[in-house]
Amino acid sequence: MPSPGRKQQFFAGLRAEAPILLGVAPFGLIFGALALNAGMPAALVQATSSIIFAGSAQFITAQLFGAGASGLVIVMVVFVVNLRHVLYSASIAPYVKHLGLAWKVALAYLLTDEAYAVVITYYQRTRSDPAGPGSPDRRHWYFLGAGLALWVSWQLSTLAGLLIGARLPESWPTGFFLPLTFIALVVPALRDRPSVVAAAVAGLIGLAGAGLPFKTGLLLAALIGIVAGTTAERRDQRAAARRVA
Amino acid sequence: MTLLATIVIAGAITFGLRLSFILLWGRVAVPIWFQRALRYVPPAVLTAIIVPELATWQDRLDLSPANPQLAAGLAAALVAWRTRSIPLTLAVGMAVLLGLRLVTG
Repeated sequence: MPSPGRKQQFFAGLRAEAPILLGVAPFGLIFGALALNAGMPAALVQATSSIIFAGSAQFITAQLFGAGASGLVIVMVVFVVNLRHVLYSASIAPYVKHLGLAWKVALAYLLTDEAYAVVITYYQRTRSDPAGPGSPDRRHWYFLGAGLALWVSWQLSTLAGLLIGARLPESWPTGFFLPLTFIALVVPALRDRPSVVAAAVAGLIGLAGAGLPFKTGLLLAALIGIVAGTTAERRDQRAAARRVA
Repeated sequence: MTLLATIVIAGAITFGLRLSFILLWGRVAVPIWFQRALRYVPPAVLTAIIVPELATWQDRLDLSPANPQLAAGLAAALVAWRTRSIPLTLAVGMAVLLGLRLVTG
């Protein structure tokens, strides 16, 4: 089998991302509308979609800005909300380690939840040397195709939201897309007991701390959930070791 | 901090988080305990956002069946678990929410 060329890889990535765009485009449209309603200037709403380029963080930025939160609080919340990207970075890193700095910078910029989900699956099910030992690994073109497809649709849907935003009925529960997207991301990953423990503990404490100001309840819940997950993992390993012994 | 400065800093942080391991891979030894803890960041942080969000209905915490977001969230979680599809999860969750709101007025 000949090694897939750059163009084939690029378009394969683009096609793989296509179904996700159907779910993401309305999300971008709603972001544009909501951010405008929250009082952000249109130019900055569009700039947010290219500078931050992370759906949930952008929603929270707009909501916090609308609620009068300080810049420092917004920055801290964006940090916490986007901390999961460190995990994506660590998981993708071995596959892109041979690339130059420009590629690493470009692909890191495009490393959204939706691109990660598609790209890591592709990396895991394909070989680095498709045309035999020593043949070039061009899978970063697939990554670029998937990432750019998402980027372009995100910019265009934000623009569409800015243009038709004022006409979205007030009673539409558009904000509900935020928890729904998180559910779509987190639930499929709850395949082992420690992850379920981490999620359950964080969810309960998040609920109990929901009244705390500036999302401190969220931060507290996340930290305790992480400790609970790590503890559960250690307990499981000790139990497994006892069974072996 | 102006809104533009806030957006630029938030963007730089987001980019930095995404670049972190891609840039440092092979150059820095990451402690095992840290790598392990990192694994539980996504389920913990995301669930801590989801649960209070679902439980908040008409500006207060409501865990009764009168809150349609709970049923919609559960339906979405089931779809996400079975299909792993983001668009399908969004569609079903939103459909259940809108349907329940129609029924209950």
